[in-house]
Amino acid sequence: MYQYDVIDKEMLADRSAEFRGQVARRLSGELTEDQFKPLRLMNGLYLQLHAYMLRVAIPYGSLNPTQLRKLAWIGRTYDKGYGHFTTRTNLQFHWIKLADTPDILDHLAQVDMHAIQTSGNCIRNTTTDPYAGATAEEVDDPRVWAEAIRQWSTFHPEFSFLPRKFKIAITAAPKDRTAAKVHDIGLVLKRARDGSLGFEVIVGGGMGRTPYVGPTIKEFLPVNRLLSYLEAILRVYNRHGRRDNIYKARIKILVAALGKDEFARQVEAEWAKIGEAADLPDTELARIRGAFAAANFEVLPAQSEAFEAAKASNPAFARFVRNNLKPHKKAGYGIVEISLKGIGDTPGDATSEQMDVVADLAERYGQNDIRVTHEQNLVLPHVKLDDVPAVWAALSEAGIATPNINLVSDIIACPGLDYCALANARAIPVAQNIAAKFKDQDRAEKIGELKIKISGCINACGHHHVGHIGILGVDKKGEEFYQLTLGGSGAEDAAVGSMLGPALPYDKVADAVDTLVEVYLRERHDGERFLDTFRRTGVTPFKEAVYADAH
Amino acid sequence: MPTLIELKDGVCRGVDDPFTHVADDQDMPAGDVIVSLARFQAEGEGLLAEGRRVGVRLQSHEEAEVLAYDLPRLSVVALEFPKYRDGRAYTNGYVLSGRLKFKGQVRAVGDVLREQAGFMARVGFDAFEPADDASANEWQAAIRRYRHVYQRSADGRAPAFAERES
Repeated sequence: MYQYDVIDKEMLADRSAEFRGQVARRLSGELTEDQFKPLRLMNGLYLQLHAYMLRVAIPYGSLNPTQLRKLAWIGRTYDKGYGHFTTRTNLQFHWIKLADTPDILDHLAQVDMHAIQTSGNCIRNTTTDPYAGATAEEVDDPRVWAEAIRQWSTFHPEFSFLPRKFKIAITAAPKDRTAAKVHDIGLVLKRARDGSLGFEVIVGGGMGRTPYVGPTIKEFLPVNRLLSYLEAILRVYNRHGRRDNIYKARIKILVAALGKDEFARQVEAEWAKIGEAADLPDTELARIRGAFAAANFEVLPAQSEAFEAAKASNPAFARFVRNNLKPHKKAGYGIVEISLKGIGDTPGDATSEQMDVVADLAERYGQNDIRVTHEQNLVLPHVKLDDVPAVWAALSEAGIATPNINLVSDIIACPGLDYCALANARAIPVAQNIAAKFKDQDRAEKIGELKIKISGCINACGHHHVGHIGILGVDKKGEEFYQLTLGGSGAEDAAVGSMLGPALPYDKVADAVDTLVEVYLRERHDGERFLDTFRRTGVTPFKEAVYADAH
Repeated sequence: MPTLIELKDGVCRGVDDPFTHVADDQDMPAGDVIVSLARFQAEGEGLLAEGRRVGVRLQSHEEAEVLAYDLPRLSVVALEFPKYRDGRAYTNGYVLSGRLKFKGQVRAVGDVLREQAGFMARVGFDAFEPADDASANEWQAAIRRYRHVYQRSADGRAPAFAERES
């Protein structure tokens, strides 16, 4: 993993000192809330329904055990003993006192963490494949480029007051675990026929009020030209993105208004003026790349006797393996997914005790490496198969061995009306009701991959547009209603879901999902996921079943 | 006299502003003036012929490139921040200083607060009209806040990757 050097550390120390001064000016009354707002937002500090919320950055979702333990400690010391992992692979504390925030930032800085650019109209945390460095599917390690972008985008003097927030995702595997096509910029790392590495550059995807699957504006950008090309895109956007209406200010609106060809032409023209001087020197790329050198893998047989024996003798372990263990590029290793979607729990929440357990496991069995996924789960990317039974036992003990990765109860939900000042409706209890409905694990496995995503308002933090089943909370005369969409996907087969029909009241949503699943089980052909069946049959059978009662 | 803070060789100083901002519908006063782009395009030749120093004030939607041929004759380009969060003038600043190599003063006007000082200095601003009554010392502290920078910009500061190699 990348280690912060003295420069990186001094950047964080300077930031922390600056913020301490700003908070002091606010607490003394020198700054009004209006004046303080843009300053606190630059440090990830939001004022929510009940308290301040602090969003801590987890660059490209990568943590070491010391960092995760620090987050656990902060949760215990300054919050209510837990934290919430987000779809940007960051961590939010929802019950923070303003006066504590400078100390919290200092504690974070001690372990090379911060809240920089977790809010505001700037370049946010770049996300990447949580299996990076572990999956055989990738052409190269995408974290190298995520780290290069982290540095380039941190306190960028020209691009810190963009028309709107800006999110970049990088995937290096054909199976996209980053939702690259619904980002402001999605980068897909590829290898050309001559072996050279480059990016397919996708611009202007997004969710919110106007969801788009982003178009490709460049098929193959040589990797070492990445930063100059990003600079060109951001400069065109900074100048021409709309600033008159925050709902039309994301880059997707600009790309759609100009058309992708004209947008690409403007970027190319700007890129030609920038030239190679804006790219990172090869020596720096090599330095960063060296930091992500392969972990120290042992040479192991592909089969582990201990692992096979545990699987044969323990059905619960076997179920965990079927759903939460993913293939690793090295023989004898596996990728362990830790579900933060326990039945009845809040999606993405982890208690401080659970964070400590994961940190211990990463230290003992996982090469000190922990990842956060945009689907709000955690990953131990490098676990020996021999050790998976022990890891599973410890996770079970901590209540985080739910065997439901990619299944119907592995739901993305935004904080919704329980926490968020923008929400129209609750999201968390809807997720909990659905999970409860599908708590029979045999049935959940029989249903297979089914991605449900829930947003409490049209801002779409819960990514409902790209849910196989998307659920959007709306307000109808003061009552919570939910609009269902079907057929969305944020993966390589990205699509925006289409509306099922009239919105449903809160207490009908879980039943409707149950009905949709029954239709799928009835209609599906061999091997089809819910999404495949829906795309084949269209909306009609699903719509008929859900609204049959209404007639 | 409005406060003007000038940044020279890394030092901020409060100075008397020799220039007068002249609105489009205002009679032209004597002395050094800063006018809008439209007024400069209409009256610039005459103003310069009178031997006075002339500056142009660009709104945030006007692009610095339109001045490319006039830059050698201009003493000041004032870039407007209609709102704190309107970041277009940072690109104009970068284009003026970094790309067009403008040697005159690049001045920040409008909703200009010291929290932006570091960013402004990096993209080439060297004069500021603070919207509050912040002092030159406070601007100085804000500009020197960060010991390092991560990326190249118009100020020529060595980014982290260059520092690491040296």
